[in-house]
Amino acid sequence: MKTFDYSKEFEAIAQAYAQSGGSPAALLDRKFASLVVSGNKVLASNSIPGVRIESEGAQTGVRAKVIVEPRTQVAYPVHLCFGVIPEEGLQEISSEFEIGEGAKVNFLAHCSFPHALEVRHLMEAKVHIGRGAELTYSETHFHGKEGGIVVIPKTEVRVEAGGVFNNQFKLVSGTVGKLDLELTAELEEKAVCDLETKVYGKREDKIRVKESVYLNGPWSRGLVKSRIVVSERAESEVLGEIIGNGAHTRGHVDCLEIIQGNEAKAKAVPLLQVVDPTAKLTHEAAIGSVDKKQVQTLMARGLTEGEAVETVVKGLLK
Amino acid sequence: MLQIEDVSLNLNGGPILKGVNLRISRGEIHSILGINGTGKSTLAYLLMGLEGYHPTSGRIIFEGEDITDLPIWERARRGITMAWQEPARFEGLTVQEYLLLSRRNGEGSLSPATCLERVGLNPSLYLSRPVDQALSGGERKRVELASVLAMRPKLAILDEPDSGIDAPSLDQIIEVIRTLAEERSSVILITHQEQVTRIADRASCLCSGMIIRTGNAEEMARFFSIHCRTCSHINEPEGELIENI
Ligand SMILES: Nc1ncnc2c1ncn2[C@@H]1O[C@H](COP(=O)(O)OP(=O)(O)OP(=O)(O)O)[C@@H](O)[C@H]1O
Ligand SMILES: [Mg+2]
Repeated sequence: MKTFDYSKEFEAIAQAYAQSGGSPAALLDRKFASLVVSGNKVLASNSIPGVRIESEGAQTGVRAKVIVEPRTQVAYPVHLCFGVIPEEGLQEISSEFEIGEGAKVNFLAHCSFPHALEVRHLMEAKVHIGRGAELTYSETHFHGKEGGIVVIPKTEVRVEAGGVFNNQFKLVSGTVGKLDLELTAELEEKAVCDLETKVYGKREDKIRVKESVYLNGPWSRGLVKSRIVVSERAESEVLGEIIGNGAHTRGHVDCLEIIQGNEAKAKAVPLLQVVDPTAKLTHEAAIGSVDKKQVQTLMARGLTEGEAVETVVKGLLK
Repeated sequence: MLQIEDVSLNLNGGPILKGVNLRISRGEIHSILGINGTGKSTLAYLLMGLEGYHPTSGRIIFEGEDITDLPIWERARRGITMAWQEPARFEGLTVQEYLLLSRRNGEGSLSPATCLERVGLNPSLYLSRPVDQALSGGERKRVELASVLAMRPKLAILDEPDSGIDAPSLDQIIEVIRTLAEERSSVILITHQEQVTRIADRASCLCSGMIIRTGNAEEMARFFSIHCRTCSHINEPEGELIENI
């Protein structure tokens, strides 16, 4: 059997990590908690005081558990790096995040599939945010040109009283391939959830985003924001859902899908459900081409129509 | 420098501008007066060349060239620009980036910081802010004016640059417009305020899509306050008021 060359693999993943906007030096720096996974191998895992990372490789992926001790204020972001370097492969990540009461932590996750022709990346995450704890999770994807990739992240989040969950998902460089993202968050009293998803679809990309926020506890708040641009023959479907079960809950769905060209397709389904009569839920959903006034404003400064559209789109996806 | 020759415009079948004639020379501040809905913004859009605002008849001549059929950006690159009455908002675009976009064939544009200072916004507070909903109405109007300055335009069309500006700051905005003209820009200044009209060299009164009178600014401000403010025929000018220019 061929032995696995960890250092070479690490180098490859570090390079992909850099392409997706990460800084490889952070993966080696001991002051950052980190986890580096390539295919079904854990290449590096670094725990720090207050942040414990447990992981093990499996047949087709990796199981990981991240535990942030109660009341830990994690000074530096925890770096997570997942990737599949070859053209083909299956990567199943099963992860658990346990954020202890009153802890505060920031995660920077990068997922890179630079050469994908037939890659599947399946992620199942369970996130538990303790009372008064705060988790910010930013995930950036870097996909190669070919779009031969299927990405299916499923996340379940439970935010206890007074907890905060900020989530950003960004897939704007390279070709998406097929994305089927689902996230469900359940909020207890006075908990806050803020979701932001940005995706740029091209070619034959298929994008489906379903985000549901259950405002169960009184005074809990949720924002579901998405910015999706589809060009060429790409298709997108965005389902933003907020359920106001608790008293005095506040929720807002803000969905903007931009269609470029005649062949791309977009669909938006904002769904609001007021169960407690004191809940107040609102939504704005817009699908269409780039706002004409924005484009003409930039053209009045000397940009051509193409340049103006590009500027507007770049801003939306930033 | 700018000649508007017998320009008419119909929108959705209805006449909005009717036989507009106007000549504006280099460095002139020309004020357009008129009550709500008389076609001031429409005239601005038509001069800038926005989609759907191509004259039904008539011509626009700029520096001797017929620009009636030119797209917006070509007009911009010849030195024409416009500040919107209600400017657009942009997500993810900072004030600095927005101001840097202003360009006219690469000719010496002004730095973002200088432009902001002129319109009374502190660059260290505003350069990195996005031009999105979080800017107040007045702030956004000032940024709009700053981006016009950044162009060093030959012709600046300002659609109510004074609306939404607090009274104490009005002098600052007036000063900006004066400076534009001193630097040899022509300015079309759309406004309702007589105080602002008085800085103009000349002014025209627009009523129901027609220019009913053009004259010196002082006289026109008076004319506007006497006739238009008390006008009994809403957007329907009487024949005798129409005077040839
Ligand atoms: N697309 C359109 N179709 C039909 N009528 C229009 C259209 N756009 C504007 N109008 C009408 O043309 C007239 C002139 O509008 P315009 O916005 O130019 O007025 P204005 O003088 O700038 O008014 P204000 O002082 O309120 O800014 C108005 O009566 C308006 O309702
Ligand atoms: Mg107007």
